[in-house]
Amino acid sequence: MTTAVADAHEHHGPEKGIKRWLFTTNHKDIGTMYLIFSLIMFFAGGAMALVIRSELMTPGLQFVHPEFFNQMTTMHALIMVFGAVMPAFVGLANWMIPMMIGAPDMALPRMNNWSFWILPVAFGILLSTLLMPGGAPASGWTMYPPIVLQTGVAFPFLIFSILLMGLSSIMGAINIIVTILNMRAPDMWLLKMPMFVWTWLITAYLLIAVMPVFAGAVTMLLTDQFFGTSFFLAAGGGDPVMFQHIFWFFGHPEVYIMILPAFGVVSEIIPTFSRKPLFGHDSMVYAASSIAFLSFIVWAHHMFTVGMPLSGQMFFMFATMLIAVPTGVKVFNWIATMWRGAMTFETPMLFSLGFVFLFTIGGFSGVMLAIAPADIQYHDSYFVVAHFHYVLVPGSIFALMAGAYYWLPKWTGHMYNETAGKLHFWMSTIFVNLTFFPMHFLGLAGMPRRIPDYSTQFADFNWMASVGAIGFGLSQLIFVYVLLTSKKGEKATDRVWEAPRGLEWTVPSPAPYHTFDTPPVKRVSEEAFE
Amino acid sequence: MSHAPDSYYVPHGSHWPIVGSIGLLFLMLGVSTWLNGADAGFWVMMAGVGIMVIMLAGWFGTVINESVHGLYNAQVDKSFRMGMFWFIFSEVMFFAAFFGALFYARNMSVPWLGGDSNNFFTNLLLWEGYESTWPTNGPGEVGGDYEVMGPFGLPLINTAILLTSSVTVTIAHHALISGKRAILGTFLALTAILGFIFVYMQAVEYIEAYEHMNLKLTSGIYGSTFFMLTGFHGMHVTIGAIMLTIIWLRVVKGHFTPDKHFAFEAVAWYWHFVDVVWVGLYVFVYWM
Repeated sequence: MTTAVADAHEHHGPEKGIKRWLFTTNHKDIGTMYLIFSLIMFFAGGAMALVIRSELMTPGLQFVHPEFFNQMTTMHALIMVFGAVMPAFVGLANWMIPMMIGAPDMALPRMNNWSFWILPVAFGILLSTLLMPGGAPASGWTMYPPIVLQTGVAFPFLIFSILLMGLSSIMGAINIIVTILNMRAPDMWLLKMPMFVWTWLITAYLLIAVMPVFAGAVTMLLTDQFFGTSFFLAAGGGDPVMFQHIFWFFGHPEVYIMILPAFGVVSEIIPTFSRKPLFGHDSMVYAASSIAFLSFIVWAHHMFTVGMPLSGQMFFMFATMLIAVPTGVKVFNWIATMWRGAMTFETPMLFSLGFVFLFTIGGFSGVMLAIAPADIQYHDSYFVVAHFHYVLVPGSIFALMAGAYYWLPKWTGHMYNETAGKLHFWMSTIFVNLTFFPMHFLGLAGMPRRIPDYSTQFADFNWMASVGAIGFGLSQLIFVYVLLTSKKGEKATDRVWEAPRGLEWTVPSPAPYHTFDTPPVKRVSEEAFE
Repeated sequence: MSHAPDSYYVPHGSHWPIVGSIGLLFLMLGVSTWLNGADAGFWVMMAGVGIMVIMLAGWFGTVINESVHGLYNAQVDKSFRMGMFWFIFSEVMFFAAFFGALFYARNMSVPWLGGDSNNFFTNLLLWEGYESTWPTNGPGEVGGDYEVMGPFGLPLINTAILLTSSVTVTIAHHALISGKRAILGTFLALTAILGFIFVYMQAVEYIEAYEHMNLKLTSGIYGSTFFMLTGFHGMHVTIGAIMLTIIWLRVVKGHFTPDKHFAFEAVAWYWHFVDVVWVGLYVFVYWM
């Protein structure tokens, strides 16, 4: 029986001033902080992307030195992956999971606060490396030795900021897993859980399984650099390629950590605006679980050119292609959910549809990259850049935007500006394709990634991509406008939308500071799953 | 405070997490600048360690206090249990990275340097004459000649000590459940003492390795994997033994009942975890 109590005063509201944010144990406060933090990081990483695209707009070197260009690619990736996408999904999890499962709060509220407040420390340290002698790390976010060992003063700061990010992720994931497994309303058994909760359960498991491995990998880098170990030194019997194996054993599940919650968000939104229940709920659960399992046995497809035995290449090629099966199940289920539904196209639905369509393009290029003999041509080219930006930007980021628009009225109690939202979607969609679609052609024509200059034959497509990037960046300011005016719209009803499912729509808008102090016994079956 | 016994305890406002973040900031900035060669960094690091110790003591103190005052119901207890389980799982995966490095070196990188698989020319052109073997400090003989740490003697005694301590902590647990406080206290203390003896023996082994065997962290891949695996394990045993000591002090103070003793069980799980890791270490680092 989940009944919550306040310890000091009965049902008080938030504390006043800065103390509220520093000391809070409230899942809604912490969710808000995660979301705002990730938005700031999104713009910081975006600014770095614009430095990259400005330099690449025309052939030749015009704005930055090659070293600084490499620092920008490295920092852009680290900030977007660990500072923007991951914390944003943790923010959504914090806000929504307790409300979706009828829990009073996260299972371990104090640790929840710490999980968040480690992040500003970690990213403060990481960003400070830009001001250090020798500049920020410039090895690429994958930090392959030996090149990463050439990093100057910034090196230990890089390693320790990564360790802090890992610590934060692991604690956040433990909290989410325990909340989901232990805090559900009495008659919400596992296969009744909303898809967003399910995908986060699987994501949290992946996080706990691979973040420590990543911590181990960067620890080995640290000891190789400062304490004379030989993990990645062939003369001592180690192997630089070993780092790539350990890194990608983390790195591949990591990409599903960034996309599975996106699947969950979209699986909440499409049924609402199709006015039909999610098609194949249980098969979605099995598909997400299969993706999680496969993510552990495909890592070396990131390293086809490194000189692996043929048997290894074959195994990782076929295992990778298998992922298309559960992913296909998901895409077809979303389409089947929409089939003959009474669809409307509010902003969250537009972003979700954009997600399904554009993520699938990224999925297709993923299958192309999975084919080892073909990958040897594509490797380290702009084709790879196009692929992972398609799954991350119109994939993860679009799903985040969709989720933000979908739940914003529940958070603020007011409808957002729908016109601005739709404009945000169409501008983003046009410009994201203008940015990343030409990169496929650039990559297939042989343009390498992580190089600040290129042959003049690539000039036209690069110019297009840079125009698209600037347009995409400016389009995101519309989202800021929507947020700033988010309390000016008409009052939102409790249900907000016409036909949403789930417990979060049974509480008032805005959601009170404490929800579900007593668990919703009957409402689970009546409201959430009629 | 109106507290129904069947309600989930949600604490309001805590300053310990932010203290912890400040501690981590000092710790990480300090150790980074220290590694970069600034001596002042050492003191910043120690300040960070100090803040972390205060934070841990304060945070755990708060939780123990709340527990003693009966604020935690069975569901909170279950959250703690699950949290501890997943924390230990994350620790297992941390060790998995280093075991993975060991297996990769032994089965892949070292044989390949010796010309195995399709690496004939790697061997011929880069490391001519190097024959793959284990243990090794690599074709460059990094760190110079060294002796191998065998499985008998100290490591065997240490294995016996840790395995025994797993038995004693289980005896203590059974004593706690059946309310035999004297046996509980004795065997818990014995477990902690065995833990500290293990750490001491490990230190003796390290001194022996460094002073007489020229086996160092810098002794190629063998030295790297040997010291990183046993070192991280030893660190965990130290933490575990400190936790056992704290639990023992709580037992002396009269904490824990036969049906409510999460902290005891969490530490016992942790202790079994370091034990299991040691068995893996003993087999793959010392023995095989």
